[in-house]
Amino acid sequence: MSDLQTPASSPTAGAATSDAPSTATAASNASSAQAAGGRTFLPRNTLLRHLLVLVVCAVAAVILLESTDLGFNAQIGYVAFYAIAAGGLTLLTGLNGQISLGHGALMAVGAYTTALMLDVDEPLPLIVIFLAAIVLTSLVGAVVGVAAARLHGPYLAGATLALAVGLPGLALYFRDFLGGEQGLTVSSPERPDWFVEGIRTLSGNSASGVKWIAYIAVACLLITYFLLANLMRSRVGRTWRAVRDQEVAAELAGINLGTWRVLAFLVSAAAAGLAGAVLALVVRLTAPTAFTIVLSLSLLTAIVIGGLGSLLGALIGSALLVFLPRTLRDAGESLNMDAAQAAEISYVVYGVILVLVMLFAPAGLVGSIRLAWMKQRARRAGARTGG
Amino acid sequence: MTRSSRRLVSFVAAATVATTLAACGGGDSGGGGGGGDSAENEASDIGITEDSIKLGAHYPLTGVAAPGYSEIPTGVQAYFDFVNANGGVNGRQIEFVYRDDAYNPTNTSQVVNQLVLEDEVFAIMSGLGTPTHNAVTDFLNSEGVPDLFVSSGSRLWDDPEEKPYTFGWQPDYEIEGKIIGQYVAENFPDAKVGLFLQGDDFGEDGSAGARQFLEDQIVAEETYVPGNTDVRPQISALQAAGADFVLGFNVPSYTALSQLTALQLGYDPQWFYSNVGSDPVLVGSLLARFSEGAISDASLLDGVLTTEYIPGVDNPDNEWTQLWQRVWDESGQEGELSNYRAYGMSQAYTMVQALQAAGQNPTRDDLVAAVEQAGGEWEGPGFAPFRYSEDSHAGYSGMLVSRLLGQGSEELTPVLVTDNGDAEITEAENEPASPPESGIPDEEPIN
Repeated sequence: MSDLQTPASSPTAGAATSDAPSTATAASNASSAQAAGGRTFLPRNTLLRHLLVLVVCAVAAVILLESTDLGFNAQIGYVAFYAIAAGGLTLLTGLNGQISLGHGALMAVGAYTTALMLDVDEPLPLIVIFLAAIVLTSLVGAVVGVAAARLHGPYLAGATLALAVGLPGLALYFRDFLGGEQGLTVSSPERPDWFVEGIRTLSGNSASGVKWIAYIAVACLLITYFLLANLMRSRVGRTWRAVRDQEVAAELAGINLGTWRVLAFLVSAAAAGLAGAVLALVVRLTAPTAFTIVLSLSLLTAIVIGGLGSLLGALIGSALLVFLPRTLRDAGESLNMDAAQAAEISYVVYGVILVLVMLFAPAGLVGSIRLAWMKQRARRAGARTGG
Repeated sequence: MTRSSRRLVSFVAAATVATTLAACGGGDSGGGGGGGDSAENEASDIGITEDSIKLGAHYPLTGVAAPGYSEIPTGVQAYFDFVNANGGVNGRQIEFVYRDDAYNPTNTSQVVNQLVLEDEVFAIMSGLGTPTHNAVTDFLNSEGVPDLFVSSGSRLWDDPEEKPYTFGWQPDYEIEGKIIGQYVAENFPDAKVGLFLQGDDFGEDGSAGARQFLEDQIVAEETYVPGNTDVRPQISALQAAGADFVLGFNVPSYTALSQLTALQLGYDPQWFYSNVGSDPVLVGSLLARFSEGAISDASLLDGVLTTEYIPGVDNPDNEWTQLWQRVWDESGQEGELSNYRAYGMSQAYTMVQALQAAGQNPTRDDLVAAVEQAGGEWEGPGFAPFRYSEDSHAGYSGMLVSRLLGQGSEELTPVLVTDNGDAEITEAENEPASPPESGIPDEEPIN
């Protein structure tokens, strides 16, 4: 198979056609435009460039975790598992154009796998457990993907919605094995000595269990985003975009639409599985009430508000999911509302903010900034050729 | 090092380190300090300063579980305001911080993290819900944070070995099931009993308790999954099995749903709802909402049997209810006194007893020791004594059976007490306690 260059995957075309199906779509292609544009201090090679970004982000994450208190460390854990799942979903929805309302249920698969595998006398190493969670969730994802590959738009949403509604019910049905409504408590893995020593020499902070979990969560997030970013910028990513934007052209070019859709679902399920595993560690409990349709919708909210198709957007959207409601609630309480009023108001304001973002930045926060930047560049380029 | 900077250092240490007695002794204007019998307040642990104690809690303030339950913290707050207005506990004002978890364990763990790590509360109290609170007991116990008086009748909170910091409060669902089972077996020996259960440990424990006495009488057992609002299959199955007596271990919204469904089916058995699902005011408002106004009050519940373990608004003559009414009126909060607010105030009353018993400058471990050593003797609004000891973290030991009439109720049995397993059911020996004149308990410190 030759290196597929369909019109939509070519960066200039993506940027220039302002009447593209979705502005968000065009925006999601922007950084490959940047890469091709060439005038940047980053290495040209995608893998090297992403490795460099990974190292910088890892250093930044350590500085962030060590300069903030434990409470903030704990919150970072929540951002991380939302962001891992949102990253996978952004690949599926942003890159491949499939909508899933079932990713919360896929997270449940990963979370329950982790809870069950940790709940033995001598649990396997955490990395093995995480890999098992990923593999098992990918399998479920592949099965759903096969069904989903034939469906479009609202039909696909409906099918995955059934997953979100039905899967948590399994925990109730297999009550003895999966703990029923009250769920399975997750025994926290012991923090290793090298970690305690390392943190002490690094920052002088004491390494509590909360910090250990936060580091695991952040490490998983960085690795996931590194892999997803490479995938999205590779030939595979371009093919997914082709399947999304130019179905007929893609098929004429010899792409099997179904296979590629299933593959996208599988990759995004893998991310959801890891996110569920991290959730289990962070929350310390897996119960059906945690994996309702609300979770799936929250993930969609995160990727839409952040900017469809952008990993940075998924991360920002996840951070908003965690921090915006509590910030609003604290603001409400400082206005002398009681906690119940503040909690209710925070959801109202949260909703209003979401609507405003949809109205004024339909490409999401990151997408809109990228669009503005691209327009400016195009204008400058236009001025150059004109003059 | 100047004097003020030394004090600042001590203060920072006090705020961050768990064992701060020594540090504060140094910061305490140079002298004194440390002594157990000193008459001065000290910042003896996280969440305690010379003049305040910070307590935290989580409730569903929004979402499906919010009706009713979101009123509990307003009751707790009202009682703490009342205590604070009368000088607080050992001169310390109680600061009560509660947050919304929307009945989602992921949120619960998030807000409890925040309460413990950022707000730095001395203890968690009254955390509501079985799956939600289950998400945080390991964390609280590993951090050594007292986790008192969980608002749930699950038996998960009575595990002193694994969870030494966690304590239950209300009678657990199993002993409730036993007391109900014995009452039904004695008073309705010919009834064909159908069970209507919530599909979790609430329904399971209740059913296990009731079956100790009713095994031969039970003709059907139907379980509902919370969230699925269609209970027609379950209710018609009970009807088809010929049950003329339905015993429900369900939450209030399912009391309303089961009543409406039975009405539609023309099914009219004798109903018995366990304590959780029988609040007439809330069920009445839910009935009105679900029936879109066709039913405007709780008159459907007239004659329904239930259980009680603390006095509520349906006993306006009870001295405790009168105290709660006074406290509620003085608090100036919006709304009427409800059973949920009375519940919160009763918990707050027990919390004040625990804080007093823990001594003048308590640590977190002192608070736990106080409940274990003195809790079994505390007199309060509860009809039966607590079961607290070093070997038991279980709450109230019993309740009575009553019949709902309008907005009030009629007592059908004396207070019955028992314990888990095959422990016998006996009449309570204690006299019902009257509230103290001041409305505030006065417990001796344990050491």
